[in-house]
Amino acid sequence: MNDFIFKPFEKMTDEDYARIGFKSGLEIHQQLLTDKKLFCRCPARKYTKQYDAEILRHMRPTLSELGEYDGTALMEFKTKKDIIYRIKRESVCTYEMDDTPPFLINEDALDIALQTGMLFNCKIVDELHIARKQYLDGSIPTGFQRTAIYALDGFVPYKNRNVEIIQMSIEEDACREVSDVGHTRIYVTDRLGMPLIETVTGPDMLTPNEAADIAVICSKVVRSTGKVRRGIGAAREDVNVSVKGGTRIEIKGVPRIPDIPLLTYNEAMRQWNLLRLREELKKRGITADSFKADSFDITTLIKIPHYTPLREAVEEGLKIKCVVLRGFKDLLHWQTQTDTYFSREISDRVRVIACLTKIPNIIHSDSKGDTLTSFEWQKIKKASGSSDKDTMVIVWGDERDTETAVKEIIIRAREAAIGVPSETRQALSDGTNGFERILPGADRMYPDTDLPPHEITEERIQALRSSLPAQFWMREEKYKKLKVPADVLSELSISKFAAMFEDAVEKNIDPVFASVVLIHYPKRLKKEGVDISKINDDTFKQLFNFLAEEKIIKEAVYPLLIISSSRQLTEKELPQICTSEEIKRTISESISKFNSLNISVTEKKKNVLMGIVMKRLRGRVEGKIVAANINHILEEVE
Amino acid sequence: MNNNGDFKGYKGEALAALKNFNAPVWSDVEIKTEKGGYKGIILPRSETADQFHIVLKLRSGYNIGVAAKYIKEIKTTGSKEAHYKIPEKEFPYDPVKPRVKLFGTGGTIASRLDYRTGAVIPAFSPGELYGSVPELADYCNLETEKLYGVFSENMGPEQWIGTALAIGREIEKGVQGIVIGHGTDVMHHTAAMLSFMVQNTPVPIVMVGSQRSSDRPSSDAALNLIHAVKTAAESDIAEVMVCMFGPTSDEYGLLHRGTRVRKMHSSYRSTFRTIGDIPIAQVSREKITPLREDYKKRRLDKNVIVNTSFEEKVSIVYYYPNMKPDIIDSLVDNGYKGIVIAGTGLGHVNKPVYPALKRAHEKGVAVYMTVQTLWGYVQMYVYDTGRDMMELGVVPGENMLPEVAYMKLCWALGQTNDLEKVKEIMLTPIAGEITEREPSNGYLIFQGGIPEVEEFISKYRK
Repeated sequence: MNDFIFKPFEKMTDEDYARIGFKSGLEIHQQLLTDKKLFCRCPARKYTKQYDAEILRHMRPTLSELGEYDGTALMEFKTKKDIIYRIKRESVCTYEMDDTPPFLINEDALDIALQTGMLFNCKIVDELHIARKQYLDGSIPTGFQRTAIYALDGFVPYKNRNVEIIQMSIEEDACREVSDVGHTRIYVTDRLGMPLIETVTGPDMLTPNEAADIAVICSKVVRSTGKVRRGIGAAREDVNVSVKGGTRIEIKGVPRIPDIPLLTYNEAMRQWNLLRLREELKKRGITADSFKADSFDITTLIKIPHYTPLREAVEEGLKIKCVVLRGFKDLLHWQTQTDTYFSREISDRVRVIACLTKIPNIIHSDSKGDTLTSFEWQKIKKASGSSDKDTMVIVWGDERDTETAVKEIIIRAREAAIGVPSETRQALSDGTNGFERILPGADRMYPDTDLPPHEITEERIQALRSSLPAQFWMREEKYKKLKVPADVLSELSISKFAAMFEDAVEKNIDPVFASVVLIHYPKRLKKEGVDISKINDDTFKQLFNFLAEEKIIKEAVYPLLIISSSRQLTEKELPQICTSEEIKRTISESISKFNSLNISVTEKKKNVLMGIVMKRLRGRVEGKIVAANINHILEEVE
Repeated sequence: MNNNGDFKGYKGEALAALKNFNAPVWSDVEIKTEKGGYKGIILPRSETADQFHIVLKLRSGYNIGVAAKYIKEIKTTGSKEAHYKIPEKEFPYDPVKPRVKLFGTGGTIASRLDYRTGAVIPAFSPGELYGSVPELADYCNLETEKLYGVFSENMGPEQWIGTALAIGREIEKGVQGIVIGHGTDVMHHTAAMLSFMVQNTPVPIVMVGSQRSSDRPSSDAALNLIHAVKTAAESDIAEVMVCMFGPTSDEYGLLHRGTRVRKMHSSYRSTFRTIGDIPIAQVSREKITPLREDYKKRRLDKNVIVNTSFEEKVSIVYYYPNMKPDIIDSLVDNGYKGIVIAGTGLGHVNKPVYPALKRAHEKGVAVYMTVQTLWGYVQMYVYDTGRDMMELGVVPGENMLPEVAYMKLCWALGQTNDLEKVKEIMLTPIAGEITEREPSNGYLIFQGGIPEVEEFISKYRK
């Protein structure tokens, strides 16, 4: 008996999540930093919504390798969508249009992927087999995504346990959806074919916050290679959630890690409340077997409906149909998620599968809103032979779509007596989620007969291991011991300059200073409008070498970095380190200038003098040496 | 359920490992290796793949290859054999709908091939076709017959003759339309051959295939088949046609005359184009729109003429600069009776080849000239070289496409060895292979990048 009632998000405790048996796992998609796409030679990441041409396609379900049809595939086929692809020639060739067979896999992308697999402590597969993973929503023009498992059975340490990394695959990215209205879905193809890795964790996260934590850890692992893309859409999470007695539900396309806790909370609540709804139905004597529903065409029943969408439907000559869910009274108003009710589950299915995309697409007799008049409801009730225990659901649209809608309403309502249907769901900006499609299974996999198996040799693995960065949690530990400041520690541990840092430390450069140079200086330069795109390992290596050889002082590093950002720095132009005579001479010269300023307070005098001197000797002497000299000279003078 | 002892596709090291642990294909196994463990089903291996890896289907549906050399143990826990079966539904019979016969010859439209298992899945019986393309029942009562199961490139005289005879039989039996499923690579050869072998057909004969195999969700197979069946059932065009995508989009198909059509792209859906003329009609799910009036009309009689003559010793020579006469000589020495040359420009070859051509003529070999430009006529009077060649006995083939001229020469030489009679057959148009005139829109290759072309393309789905 699910007697626990969900509390507001902020009030939920770890114990509450334990009680409902909360479990979450992640599927993390990360674009790789390559010049070209995965299976063709198009340039990677040239995003634009502009297009030169359009292509129309339809998708049909096909058999899997083991001879089965996939449930999702059949669902998508029911929707009968016209899929339009928008093509911009600079980013898309005939491969993405599915008019040219694939080229061999991008080896750079595979190298990056393999390294991430090693960082996740996975075993690397001996031979890569490219599979076709069916997607009949049209998000890929072929109707499938080319994908291959390259690593298995890894882990990341978390708290005092390991979170399992089940598998990692390398795959091509899909199209971006522009719109989906009625029977037309439009995609822009610029992102299509970008190299991507998918990391699948075990269902090991026991609270919403743990799910977010692991997302952060996994993100840091891949970023530590320095070879993945950053920016909007470059990393996307699918979050799997289940509760005790519920079903594994996949929430697709979570763009930001901070969104994960609220989304998983709402999904757990939805499943919990659907299980409670099943209990309620059971109490009413409704099971999957005893479930009853009828449908009626009520197009001509009400001449001029009070409710505007229905009135318009009548005027446009559309059909109006009524589904009576026997014994369901008030249950369409059963809460599922925050401010979301069971009616949404039904409305979503009607929208996605029957293509009735204009919302609202259903009304029902449990609704407290202003739809039909009570007189009209009475009329429908009488015509459909409904009792006070029933709920009436009204849907409108063209003949074919309303027919599909009626079927889907009945299917979804009956599923309430079974439990939580297997679905993939879409993350919404308010933290709730909506139906996207039926959860696909292993049956949608098919071997890609266009590409041969690809051996991953031991030599390749060895070569990649030799240039593998240390795992970031190991680095963090090491850097902590070196007293690297907290505000740069995390970033440095996944930075592409981490190896450079360790190099500097070996050269006896102060770790704190080195970490600040590598992490803060580039940011500071960027803020000041300096183009830092040319600053690389060599830039820092040169500066650290000068420093180690005592050819420059710490204070010179920043100004020299400015020069290095635009051109190669030569040893000749290094600022000469001041001799003590020069320091003294400069101070004396400055005093004569400064005496005319007539400053009385000694401390202020010192500061002003310091300023003048440092301006003349910038980058050539440490401030504390100048200060000591000033103190000494001023004392002498007085 | 398990085919015990079946190690399909495996050899060498991998085969030894599977045998050693008694784990044939389709075994559900746990494999222990030096790198760790795997669970999954052992799949057959492609015969072209190496001998070092075992293919495993994981629970997730993904396949991986496991190196045999690392395997320490394979434990079999069960087995699951693939059972490819296209759901079959009885093709509905409707007394008012026309009878259409679908012949299968192979190729992607009629089958689904898994090269790993070598299993050909013929989506081919009416029931299977109805299960996967139920729309077909909207147009006709379908009967099917599998004539051959060969890849397009393996089509040859035996298949052409057999198909022509089968068409004749069906017309005698009174079908109202014929569809021929065919691989696309040499579909235009077969279309030309059937245009010559099957004359005066009273019903549409529609060849169809697919550029994306029917095991892909985006396949053009279903829509091509729908278009072809609609054409066979409903159109009034009684000719041999090729029915394939017009644009790459799922919009409409084109009905190309069998003697003027050519595959023009190695992989595009819209690969078939009518060359030097315009197609006969457009076809969509809803309607057939003729683009011209001069096609042969459907009749109610059964007066088809089937002539399956065929001479195999005919060759086609694609001329290239620096060609040596020995190319022609070797054909003649090997007993070839006919040579079709695809010459440059208006129909030329270089002078050093002339003596070989002369020798061929003297030995009674029929030599015909076509153009490798594909578009345009052979015109051998414009330059002296052309006139010289005609003196050597080379016959200009008008605007016959090289492959079409080749097929026709096979057919003509099958009927007679008299070169004058051969010439009469060759130069008398039978099915539009030679046209009297070339319309100006018969040559349209739009050049991408030009503003007006780009503007046009942006307005229509490609």
